[in-house]
Amino acid sequence: MNLETIKSEIEANVPGCRLEIVPNNSPSGQHSLLIDSETALTVARFLRDAAHLRFDYCSNVTGIDWPGKEISEKVKIKKILDGVEQEVEEIQKTQSAGHLEAVYHLYSMEKKHGPVILRMRTEDRADRIHLPSLTPIWRSAEFQEREIFDLYGIVFDGHPDLRRILMWDGFEDHPMRRDYVEPDDYEYEPTPHDAVLQKAKQHLSETGGR
Amino acid sequence: MSATTAATAHFTPKPSTDGGEGQLLEVSMGPQHPSTHGVFRMDVALDGERVVKLKPVFGYLHRNHEKIAETETYLGSMPYTDRLDYLCSITNNWAYALAVEKLAGIQVPERAEYLRVITGELTRLQNHTSVIGFLLQDMGASGTPLMYAFREREKVLDLFESLTGSRMMCNYMRFGGCRADMPAGWLQQAQKVVEAFPRFLDEFERLLSGNEILMARTQGVGVLSKELAVDAGITGPMLRGSGVNYDIRKVDKYGIYERFSFKVPLGEHGDVYDRYMVRLLEMRESVKILQQAMRDVPPGPIMDAKTKLRGFRPKAGEAYGRIESPKGELGFYLISDGSPNPYRYRVRPPSLVNLTVLEDMCLGQNVADIVVILGSIDFILGEVDR
Amino acid sequence: MLGEGIVKGLAETARNFLGSYVSKDRLTTVQYPEERLPQIEAARNFPFLVYDGEDWQQGMRCVSCLICEKECPPKCISIEKSKDKKLDASGKPQFYPTVFNIDVSVCMSCQICVEVCPFDAIKMDVDFELSTKDRFGDLLWNKERLSKSNEYYREIHPTEAAAVDAQLAEERAKLEAKSKLAAEAKAAAAATVPAQPAVGATAEK
Repeated sequence: MNLETIKSEIEANVPGCRLEIVPNNSPSGQHSLLIDSETALTVARFLRDAAHLRFDYCSNVTGIDWPGKEISEKVKIKKILDGVEQEVEEIQKTQSAGHLEAVYHLYSMEKKHGPVILRMRTEDRADRIHLPSLTPIWRSAEFQEREIFDLYGIVFDGHPDLRRILMWDGFEDHPMRRDYVEPDDYEYEPTPHDAVLQKAKQHLSETGGR
Repeated sequence: MSATTAATAHFTPKPSTDGGEGQLLEVSMGPQHPSTHGVFRMDVALDGERVVKLKPVFGYLHRNHEKIAETETYLGSMPYTDRLDYLCSITNNWAYALAVEKLAGIQVPERAEYLRVITGELTRLQNHTSVIGFLLQDMGASGTPLMYAFREREKVLDLFESLTGSRMMCNYMRFGGCRADMPAGWLQQAQKVVEAFPRFLDEFERLLSGNEILMARTQGVGVLSKELAVDAGITGPMLRGSGVNYDIRKVDKYGIYERFSFKVPLGEHGDVYDRYMVRLLEMRESVKILQQAMRDVPPGPIMDAKTKLRGFRPKAGEAYGRIESPKGELGFYLISDGSPNPYRYRVRPPSLVNLTVLEDMCLGQNVADIVVILGSIDFILGEVDR
Repeated sequence: MLGEGIVKGLAETARNFLGSYVSKDRLTTVQYPEERLPQIEAARNFPFLVYDGEDWQQGMRCVSCLICEKECPPKCISIEKSKDKKLDASGKPQFYPTVFNIDVSVCMSCQICVEVCPFDAIKMDVDFELSTKDRFGDLLWNKERLSKSNEYYREIHPTEAAAVDAQLAEERAKLEAKSKLAAEAKAAAAATVPAQPAVGATAEK
């Protein structure tokens, strides 16, 4: 089934939705559909319930971290140099916020087709990290969304039981984020080398040999 | 607490978390419980012997496999996939290889496809035998069925060792083919094992399938409805035990599965007994596939000549590849940014998703049935926790 | 009849029990360590370094290219490359590892080092009885402990070793023919045009 037709059908049936096809240049050709978080539940319900689509099986749910990039731009600024106003070109660096992404792979057990890939993006990676949970539509997302919450820190609104799943309750960071820094949990190893040795040396110098 | 509150609490069970007023008994089953097949814990609330609440607790075996894979090369992740579902390393390799092949558009030579089907179906045989053995062990049939199952499994593992060098951590497949060709005499030996396998299945059925105790413990226990199974994304023998005809070998026709004729066994009631029977029947179908594949296996190369394993850099993009592993849909989702390491590497573990309905199946059952239901799910903690 | 299934099952166990006295197929237990199963040829356990000839230091095939160190998934190999070159078994000057350590407590026997080695210098051993009382020093194997002769390799993996030997012999023959050709060309060049050494240099390449 063509993603373009699915997109236009959703647009016809879900008023006010903003959809965008995210192209995929690899030979797999699995393009995906970026949906907005306001109408996500309605779009998902339509995909599940429409008689000829019937994407009743949500197979894979996962998160991706896209950290912000440094964007350098050349900007012309007027400056007073040696008492004369001059136009000087300067490189201005701005930091883009980046975002977290949740990806849903949908198949149909009834019609035996698929996959349709849905994506949702958070606004940034710091505090606007809420996305609607699709667990009310597909129960199979329950543990997988919990896993994303645990490892990436996306908060799924409407999830019935949003707790950490793989890390323990008191854990604070989100280990799958690209900028995650491992805590200094040095353990004595009899035969360290390379990176482990570096870590051991650093730990021992910081703690005074303990 | 007065006697009256105790009595009312008994008749109207409340979750014991609300202030400790209820008369429910909270039991922590696991993480070192023999029935949990690893380190897995369930917080169970019991009303007498009946289960009123069950929350699974994961993570004891978590090692962040996905993060490790992001720092490894594409080739370097292959041996790590062996350790996901450590009973079926070959199907794990296959799923990963399939995802990378989709990502980079690699064609696999004919002979390698046959080798994949042969080793993959042998994996299914040895997984299902050990799962059924463990299920019986969980039910209290200590030893005998498990030992008979392991005796047969051993023959398959011997085949794996002489082909791949290792019994369990096979590390056999590569993107673009397989690592090692069959040594001399291997095919004949494998044919012998496969020919003898139905005899073992007959024996096993005579030993167990009509057994009254087994039926009493499994029929009507842990019922999973069709609708819930689909909604919760259950896959594999568990889904088919509930009567949903969905087998990725038939749906996706990955590899060369469309060339073989085999049936997809389905259950009717969705209880533990149906899951047990579906696995037994699936093994008979696997034997059929194996016989056809071993008859037709062509000569030729086993690796795609154009694929280089070292310094492998697929173009930027993403791919999701999935196969029907013995436990259900095993998928790998890869994102490449053109560097030698994957940008994102995700395992879609069948075991974790199949555990979603554990509570639904256990509610209202006796505490001893949890063990049986858990055994019938067939999960491996190496894959659940990753 | 209730209990029929159980009786049938018990008959099956009885058949297995009695059968274990007559059929090898039903009694599969091997009394390790007194009895052993025959060694399977393709088996792999931990890597070892192959050397040619008698002297392990001189015959070591490893030229310290560091590929296995880089490709090893759990990063259990650590190599230090030599500063000087030493003559190898075929008389060619080569780099050699001054330190070659494998941490066997980290190694996961995946065989990727063997696959990526372009010099057939590292291979998989079949010895699995490696338990030791010293969990610190004894689990880090140095290059002396890792070195095993090509004869040993032929013994444990005869088919694979034969193929490797044939390939190496072929490469060596090619190399010899090439150097012979180069020497002849050099001699010929020296005989005809003694004032042009550059021709000899290009022929050598």
